[in-house]
Amino acid sequence: MDLIGLSSCLVPVTALIFLIYGIYKRVNVYEAFLEGAKEGLQCVVRLLPALVGLFTAVSVLRAGGILDDLGNLLSPLTQWLSIPSEIFSLSLIRLISSSAATSLLCDIFTQYGPDSFAGRCGSVLLCSTESIFYVSSVYLLSVGITKSRHTIPAALFATICGIISAIVLVRLAFGQ
Amino acid sequence: MLQILWAAFLLLGAVGGLLRGQAQAVSDAFLDGGKEALEMAFTMAGAMAMWSGVLKIGEKAGLMDALAKRLRPILTFLFPSVPENHPARGYIAANFAANILGLGWAATPAGLLAMESLQTLNKDRTIASNAICMFLVINLSSIQLVSITIPALRSQYGSAAPTEILSLALISTLISTFAGVFAAWLAEKRWKKWI
Repeated sequence: MDLIGLSSCLVPVTALIFLIYGIYKRVNVYEAFLEGAKEGLQCVVRLLPALVGLFTAVSVLRAGGILDDLGNLLSPLTQWLSIPSEIFSLSLIRLISSSAATSLLCDIFTQYGPDSFAGRCGSVLLCSTESIFYVSSVYLLSVGITKSRHTIPAALFATICGIISAIVLVRLAFGQ
Repeated sequence: MLQILWAAFLLLGAVGGLLRGQAQAVSDAFLDGGKEALEMAFTMAGAMAMWSGVLKIGEKAGLMDALAKRLRPILTFLFPSVPENHPARGYIAANFAANILGLGWAATPAGLLAMESLQTLNKDRTIASNAICMFLVINLSSIQLVSITIPALRSQYGSAAPTEILSLALISTLISTFAGVFAAWLAEKRWKKWI
C-alpha cells in the first residue's frame, strides 16, 4: 500500500514545511500557532448552532424513510438504465451526509463486493462528489449569507455530472 | 434556497415517519441530531484548531501570498472581482491546495477565512457575491485529486485492486469541477438579472 503510506506523510510534511518556512522567515512560530488555534476554536463554536440544525434535519429526513421511498419509486427508471438502485440511493445520501454515504458504501461492499459494478461505481462516486448540503450550509452560515444565488443549482449540476461520469467511466473501463 | 431545503428535510422526515408509523424513530432522530452535531464538533475542534495554528504560521511567513502568486492566472480567471494582493487570494489558494491534497481538516479553516475575506469585498453581506458563489461551487464539486479513504475501505472489504478506481475518480472529479465552474460562470454572465 504505497499510496496509503505516502499519504500518511502528508500531514507531518505539510506541517513541517510551514514550520520551517516560518522559522526561516523569523516568525514567532509558537505565538502564531496559538493565535491561529484560538481562531480555529472560535470558529468551531460559531459553527455549533448551524451544525445542530444540519444534523437534526439530516437525521430526521433519514429516519422518516422518504429517501428509501424515493429509491423504490424510481427503481423502474434505474432498472431501465441498468444502474443498481443502491447507486441511486447513494447519490442522494451523498448530497446530505458524508458519513451516511460512507456507511452505505460499506453496505454495498458487503452485499456485492468492492469489485462489483455497484462497488466500483460507488467508490468513484464518493471520490468525485461532495456533500453539498452540509458543506454549503457550514460555509454560508459561518459568514451570515442567506441568499446563495446560483451556488446550489451550479453545485448540483456539477454533482450530477460527477455521478453520470462515474457510472459511464466504470462501465467503459470494466464493462457490464 | 438552504432555508427551504432545511425546512423541507424536517417536514418530509417528520411527515414520512408519522405516515409509516415510525414516530419513535423520528422522535429519536430529533433528539439525536444535536448529539451527533456536538460529537462532530468535538472531533473537528482539535484538528481545526491545529490546522488553523499551522496556517497562521504560514500566513505570517508569507507562504499564502507566495502560493496565491503562483496561482495568479487561475485565480484571476475564476475571481476577476478579487484584486491582486488581496488576502482573500491567499486563503483561497490555501483552501484549494488543502482540498487537492485531501487535507480536509486544513481546507475548512482556510475556506472559512477565505469566506470572511471575500465578505469584505461584498456589497451586501447577506447575498453571495459572484466570487463567493464560484468559490463555493468549486469546493462543492470536490477537487481532491487522490482519495485515500476509499481505497483503504476497499482493501478492508477484500478488494483485489483497491486503487484501480483512482484514475477514474480523478477524471470524474475533473469533469464535475469543470461542469460546476462552467455553470457558475454561465450564471454570472447570462442570468445576472434572474437569480
